[in-house]
Amino acid sequence: MNLAFRDIRHKLGRFVLTCLGLSLLLGVVVTMAGIYRGQTADALALVRSIQADVWVVQADTNGPFAESSRIPGNTREMIARIDGVITAGSVTFQAVQLTRNGRRLRLHVVGYEPGRPGGPVNLVAGRDITRSHYELIADRQTGLAIGDRLELGRYVYTVVGLTQGSVTLSGDSVVYMTLRDAQDLQFDVTPPEARREAARGARRANTDMVNAVVARISPNIPVEAVAEDVHRWKHLSALSEADQEAILTITVIERARRQLGLFMTILTVVSAVIISLIIYTLTMDKLREIATLKLIGAPDRTIIGLIVQQSLLMGVISFIAGTALVSAAKDWFPRRIVMDPTDLGILFAVVVVVCLLASALGVRVAVRVDPARALAG
Amino acid sequence: MQAVTKTLVELRSISKHFGEGEARVDALHEVTLSVGAGEVVGLLGPSGSGKSTLLNVIGAIVEPNEGWMRLDGEVVYDHRWLRRDLRRLRLEKIGFIFQFHNLLPFLDSTDNVALVLHLAGCPKDDSKRRAIDLLEYLQVGHRKHAMPSQLSGGEAQRVAIARALANHPRIILADEPTAALDSERAGIVMDLLRKLAAEQQAAIIGVTHDDKIIGRLDRIFRLRDGCLESTEESAAGRGGADQAGSSGTAESARASRAGARFDGSAPLR
Repeated sequence: MNLAFRDIRHKLGRFVLTCLGLSLLLGVVVTMAGIYRGQTADALALVRSIQADVWVVQADTNGPFAESSRIPGNTREMIARIDGVITAGSVTFQAVQLTRNGRRLRLHVVGYEPGRPGGPVNLVAGRDITRSHYELIADRQTGLAIGDRLELGRYVYTVVGLTQGSVTLSGDSVVYMTLRDAQDLQFDVTPPEARREAARGARRANTDMVNAVVARISPNIPVEAVAEDVHRWKHLSALSEADQEAILTITVIERARRQLGLFMTILTVVSAVIISLIIYTLTMDKLREIATLKLIGAPDRTIIGLIVQQSLLMGVISFIAGTALVSAAKDWFPRRIVMDPTDLGILFAVVVVVCLLASALGVRVAVRVDPARALAG
Repeated sequence: MQAVTKTLVELRSISKHFGEGEARVDALHEVTLSVGAGEVVGLLGPSGSGKSTLLNVIGAIVEPNEGWMRLDGEVVYDHRWLRRDLRRLRLEKIGFIFQFHNLLPFLDSTDNVALVLHLAGCPKDDSKRRAIDLLEYLQVGHRKHAMPSQLSGGEAQRVAIARALANHPRIILADEPTAALDSERAGIVMDLLRKLAAEQQAAIIGVTHDDKIIGRLDRIFRLRDGCLESTEESAAGRGGADQAGSSGTAESARASRAGARFDGSAPLR
């Protein structure tokens, strides 16, 4: 005879409402973990989508994502000639903001050379860029559709392809265009500005600059060997894909990770306090019943079982409900939420431990109840 | 004096005080009494006289400071007794009937009774069957699935009595068992308790203020300021003695049938 279940069934409405409130709280904890995982996934999405073995960047920088990096446009030809390099491509990265249909749109523009590394690999609709100018590939998150025209800088671009999940660390959608278009977007000045510069005798700056060169290496050649070759040019640095991922996860999102971790800890402590108070209140409501149980000879383990089982049931049901709630609503969140099974497993274990600890207060009260209380009027 | 065959409750020089120094309150002072099998006795006295404390001492709830007690042949409260032994004693040998029935609100009538059997290690199906038998015996079988909140006062008290009887206790302690009932129902409950005492050869010790009930007791222990002031034999006790003397064989036969019924082996009439 399970007294915990019977008691819950007797006051089902209150139990359900309590679980609902707790599930929202635990849902927030699950969301925090999901936001962290989503942030990590977003941070690594662009790096991974480029599928480069080596990133050649400006010397002594952690570019191009963690720090700015600018290298000459002809670096690609130098890298492509290194032994072991199968293919190499120049890439540029820049953020732009525009207003479209009354909505602010933040984009991360990737300039690449079609047919070379650096372009989109997760095309879900349309085609790759085939013309030298004025075509772009956008992520679905932008809300753009194939055939849409988008004015960027001085030119109008036509959307020819769509990707899925191409976002940056800050959650901005990625759009791809040719390297030349991206350089124009970055360096071209308006005609009045060009005339003013010419009038004051300024030299036209070199616009053939890129942020990085990405290269794919033969499987038979160690990445370190290629990186060593690159380091012979004193103005260049070489990073492996693993280095880039480490830079992004350890340095760039470290503060966000700690912040989210702090929030999760606070929310877990708040959950523990709330579960403790709920269990304490439920126990206080049952003191007479507990006294009666003791009086008729129920052992302490029966009474402790009643409290601990209710606490665990509340925690487990609330956790499952909270997780289901977040799972159902995660697509409506402004940031990506990734529900990692390992994280959920750890959180579940934490909830179970928290419930056990939280029931201690109720158990303490219950085991001290005097059976004589049942005889009191 | 009733023809008592065996002493079930024996208290010798029981004293109990609460607090120390100036705050010390002597709740019981050298109380000595004994109650035999089949007896229905009452503890009477003004408020604060020690009735409840005495009931708690006999019920293995409150440990006395001095004296000893023997319940159904077992000496209780010597240095070897632990808390879990007292719990076991309450579970196996003592049945409690409360003023406000104290049924567990989240269990139906059957489970309230079956719980005691379940705690004693009885299998689930047997517990339920025996619980239903008891409820039917106490004429509340038709309410076996009712929750306590759906029962009338009389029905709830009968279910509480069924719970108190579930483990065949040798001692039944009743704390104002009829206080929440009207005269008619109180009379029925007392008749029932007297009948059960005779059938199961149990000792019933009750605390009451109800004059109508006092007349149905075999003996009355009057307490004042924690001391046993007097022991009186009531009219029912004298009558009971005569009756016991004259119909002892019939009582034994009924008790035997009741015991058989609670074991689930034979119907009870």
